[in-house]
Amino acid sequence: MTTLTPDADKKAAVSNFADNLDHSLDVEGRSLWADARARFLRNKAAVTSLIILACVGVLVIIGPMLSPHEFDAIDWGYMAAAPDMASSHWFGTDSLGRDLFVRTLMGGRISFMVGIMGALVAVLIGTLYGATAGYVGGRIDSTMMRILEILQSFPFMFLVILLVTMFGRSIMLIFLAIGAVSWLDMARIVRGQTISLKSREFIEAARVCGTQPRSIILRHIVPNVLGIVVVYASLLVPSMILFESFLSFLGLGVQEPMTSWGALVNEGAQSMEVAIWQLAFPVAFLVITLFCFNYVGDGLRDALDPKDR
Amino acid sequence: MKTKKLLASLTLAAAAVSAAIPVQAADVPAGTELAAEQVFRRGIGSEPASLDPQKVEGTPGGFVVRDLFEGLVTQDGDGNTIPGTAESWSVSDDGLVYTFDLRKNANWSNGDPVTADDFVFAFQRAVDPATASKYGWYMQIPGIVNADAIIDGKLEPSELGVKAVDDKTFEVTLKAPVPFFPKLLAHYTTFPTPKKVIEEFGDQWTRAENIVSNGAYTMDKWVVNERIVSKRNPFYWNNEKTVVDEVHYLPIVSQTAELNRYKAGEVDMTNEIPLDHFKSLQKNIPSEVRITPQIGTYYYTFNTQKAPFNDARVRKALAYAINREAIAKFVVGQGEKPTFSFTPDSVNGFVKPDLDWEKISQKKRETEAKRLLVEAGFDKSNPLNIELLYNTSESHKKVAIAVSQMWKQTLGVTVTLRNEEWKTYLDTRLQGDFDVTRAGWLGDYNEASTMLSLWNSFSDLNDAKWANEEYDALLEQAKTTLDEGKRGLVYEKAEQIFAQEMPAAPIYQYVSSRLVKPYVGGYPANNPEDNVFSRDIYIIKQ
Amino acid sequence: MLKFIIKRLAVAVPTLLVLITISFFLMQAAPGSPFTGERNLPPEILKNIEAKYNLDKPVWQQYFLYLGNLAKGDLGPSFKYRDYTVNDLLEQSFPVSLKIGSVAFLFTVVIGIFIGTIAALKQNTILDYIIMALAMTGVVLPSFVIAPLLVLIFSITLHWLPAGGWNGGSWEYMVLPVTAMAIMYMASIARIQRSSMIEVLNSNYIRTARAKGLPWKVIITRHALRPSMLPVVSYLGPAFVGIITGSVVVETVFGLPGIGQHFVNGALNRDYSLVLGLTIIIGALTILFTAIVDILYAVIDPKIRYQ
Repeated sequence: MTTLTPDADKKAAVSNFADNLDHSLDVEGRSLWADARARFLRNKAAVTSLIILACVGVLVIIGPMLSPHEFDAIDWGYMAAAPDMASSHWFGTDSLGRDLFVRTLMGGRISFMVGIMGALVAVLIGTLYGATAGYVGGRIDSTMMRILEILQSFPFMFLVILLVTMFGRSIMLIFLAIGAVSWLDMARIVRGQTISLKSREFIEAARVCGTQPRSIILRHIVPNVLGIVVVYASLLVPSMILFESFLSFLGLGVQEPMTSWGALVNEGAQSMEVAIWQLAFPVAFLVITLFCFNYVGDGLRDALDPKDR
Repeated sequence: MKTKKLLASLTLAAAAVSAAIPVQAADVPAGTELAAEQVFRRGIGSEPASLDPQKVEGTPGGFVVRDLFEGLVTQDGDGNTIPGTAESWSVSDDGLVYTFDLRKNANWSNGDPVTADDFVFAFQRAVDPATASKYGWYMQIPGIVNADAIIDGKLEPSELGVKAVDDKTFEVTLKAPVPFFPKLLAHYTTFPTPKKVIEEFGDQWTRAENIVSNGAYTMDKWVVNERIVSKRNPFYWNNEKTVVDEVHYLPIVSQTAELNRYKAGEVDMTNEIPLDHFKSLQKNIPSEVRITPQIGTYYYTFNTQKAPFNDARVRKALAYAINREAIAKFVVGQGEKPTFSFTPDSVNGFVKPDLDWEKISQKKRETEAKRLLVEAGFDKSNPLNIELLYNTSESHKKVAIAVSQMWKQTLGVTVTLRNEEWKTYLDTRLQGDFDVTRAGWLGDYNEASTMLSLWNSFSDLNDAKWANEEYDALLEQAKTTLDEGKRGLVYEKAEQIFAQEMPAAPIYQYVSSRLVKPYVGGYPANNPEDNVFSRDIYIIKQ
Repeated sequence: MLKFIIKRLAVAVPTLLVLITISFFLMQAAPGSPFTGERNLPPEILKNIEAKYNLDKPVWQQYFLYLGNLAKGDLGPSFKYRDYTVNDLLEQSFPVSLKIGSVAFLFTVVIGIFIGTIAALKQNTILDYIIMALAMTGVVLPSFVIAPLLVLIFSITLHWLPAGGWNGGSWEYMVLPVTAMAIMYMASIARIQRSSMIEVLNSNYIRTARAKGLPWKVIITRHALRPSMLPVVSYLGPAFVGIITGSVVVETVFGLPGIGQHFVNGALNRDYSLVLGLTIIIGALTILFTAIVDILYAVIDPKIRYQ
């Protein structure tokens, strides 16, 4: 729970950006995306971060194949061994003699997956809910917003903890739980966007042609709010990864022998005085990735924010 | 004559003790200079479930309750039964009626004398359904008259087979002779409780401001999840020999946090040692690492009701393929002993059984395991698939991973690990929804039946659902075998059957390992029930 | 204003009720019981215990019993800590979390706004980059890494501060937990404050004020600070609740007797009544704080009118 809220600053920025978007859309049209790309490419921090992220991504996918070790195999001769080139335990081993290089990268896969899937779930629910509420309007809209308000004052993180403690910890459940908690702000932002889109000519045209509300929402509204959704999602991913690490701290993370960065960092933090490498490598990966995600998110926001020009 | 003989074997320790200097207190060697401030701060692992002797469960509460209250008997540093509140005891010729003589100078912390009525009250309270004690069954083990019916709600608690003959004489009647009955009385469920105080304050009687206790200490402060502070009980019968004035009990759940506070000098004795740090601590401060064997076994239970685990050959193959030495040495590595019998060696009076599979080498055991598994019909073309259940914890995880690797490498068995949170795991185990499950058992008292009765066919604890008539009969026979030596032989036979049938694979014997500061004197080196009484401790001047 | 508050309260009650209902049935559906242990209890004993806690009654009856007691302010006995009622436990632990949370909150907000403003004023200088890089580190480093690091440095190596414990809340026991708790939120607030301050400084009325020749100090404190704090204020609600509840990590590492430890242990022990009691408290707090923040927002920003 500590880990999700800090991105409220981003949320604020995103909604800010959303407001600005309203005014700009009328004049800009298509070139917005080309402009944005150019602006993004000019942002050195964001581009560097993107490159680093890509490298980490590639490493995480192919890295485990480079090592002669399995991620779950015990090397009885090397229990909690320090990094060593000769034995090809490049990052050392954990307290059970399992290769940390492979485990860190395997853990990265899970962390990325949790982050991306969680963000996806949040974006999916949030976009659909927000677009529906905004488009349909009237009493349904105000009911849906009231529900949102009620949900917002729920101590959701506690419910997630309850859920995960009591109903086991499949990765799927973790995705779902994390995602299900973070769609609220998304819904709000998308709703605001939708309301301003609703009165635009192309929507009117579609309506006049007798298009079903469902397909108007899916075909016309959703693609048009995609920009903001992308920005929001890119900022959601790192907080998802952090939340997963928090669950790992509580011992509610992924199932052994699988692992995640959160789980590795937590284990490493237990033994930092005696085996610093068990903390250093996973934490380095975690921190670098989160940094990069944040910079890319900031960059995207700046790039897509027309006011900055 | 018969009585005398029985008494001799039963109260051996008691007799020896009453002649010598009392050991029920800190035994400070001559020439030791004591610290001016006698405060002892010990980690207890987690918050006690209760400090009410009849309601408490689990080790954390046990540590505190054993300091605050004292039962009829207690234990010395080696786990021998010694007189506690009772000065001496005797048993009738038929072995059914025990009579305890309470100390004249045994007092509650408010100055009232401890009377036989307090024990009557406590014993009845333990079985009273209204108390809802989780340890009510403890009174059923020795078969105190009417205990079963009272727990079942069929008789009033006052019908229990206990009686106050006079103020200082307490009498217990059993259904059948249980030769090790006095040993059972070192357990907290049988500790006396102050009737008057409980009637006055109800459920709140254990609060620091209300509590009255009869042990060496009485509680001064209780902050849930932070610390319990107890001060010496000035009316304790052996108060003069008690050295430590104040005890702090710290319920620190995280082992690393406990270690940090030990290093920072805020804890004098930890509850555990984190696995990851053990080796480096043993290298750097070997004298502070204290390891004591415990009455407890770590084992893997097979679901004998489920194919193919209903086949003893499969169970044996899996048990044989576990390299216990490797697990004890590399995986847990805190001085745990690999074990082949279910009862640990540290149990008082237990004869180590002569088991065939223990005598051969691990190599041979592995060959034998392969043979057995093939015989049972499993090979490369038809591999055995196992789901291994364990509960979330660093060390269980490590053992599970190690064992699954051994099974995979030696037998080509495919193992899926299933890790469940504690309560969920217990539920799964209880429902019998597993192939193989991790389990551990710590004895309640210092006698082999505390371990072996687990595998009785009617035992609630027999998660393997294994039933063997011969085994049941042997345990029944042991109960009435008065001679400790002969009883040991009966237990040995039971162990042989266990090894042939292998309803569970014993892996190692538990040890308690903790850090104790060099200035803490009197740490019991050999109490196999891990009972560290603060009254035995003294703080040396640094 | 009054109408607004009443309206918020009217929503609060059903919200809490929904919350209680969901939590209640979620826990009932969870595998495991509060009374299972390493030793499987004989059925007679289990029956006695269940009778004592009304667990032998049908679930709906338990639910209404609970609501009935709740209306009287009775949260029931704790299933795990048998010497305490939930009311007792909360009475003991809530002030601890509140105290440590409030102090952490205060530091977080004051320092966060301060360094955020500095960074904005020194935009794109080295100082700005350093502050923001540090802030980002604070956001991305999990607190279960920060907290033990603090212990390692200040308690074990330097022996300046205790490694844990509460000791009635004396200051030296609070320094490390408060720091560990504050770092993460401080960083976020600094980030929000920075971007919002930059925006305000670029706005027309600040330019006007500068053109008028007002001194910087006056412009910042009189004109820029208040509007720039709006986004921060909207963030305070979640931040405060997050700090109070986020104490889970810090309380575990430092062994503090607050509600964070209770929540995790309660869920693990299936201490239904304790977890429900905590859920109610946290829920009420969340509702309260969202309401307070809304009101604060309106006070700071006169443009907002209560509808």
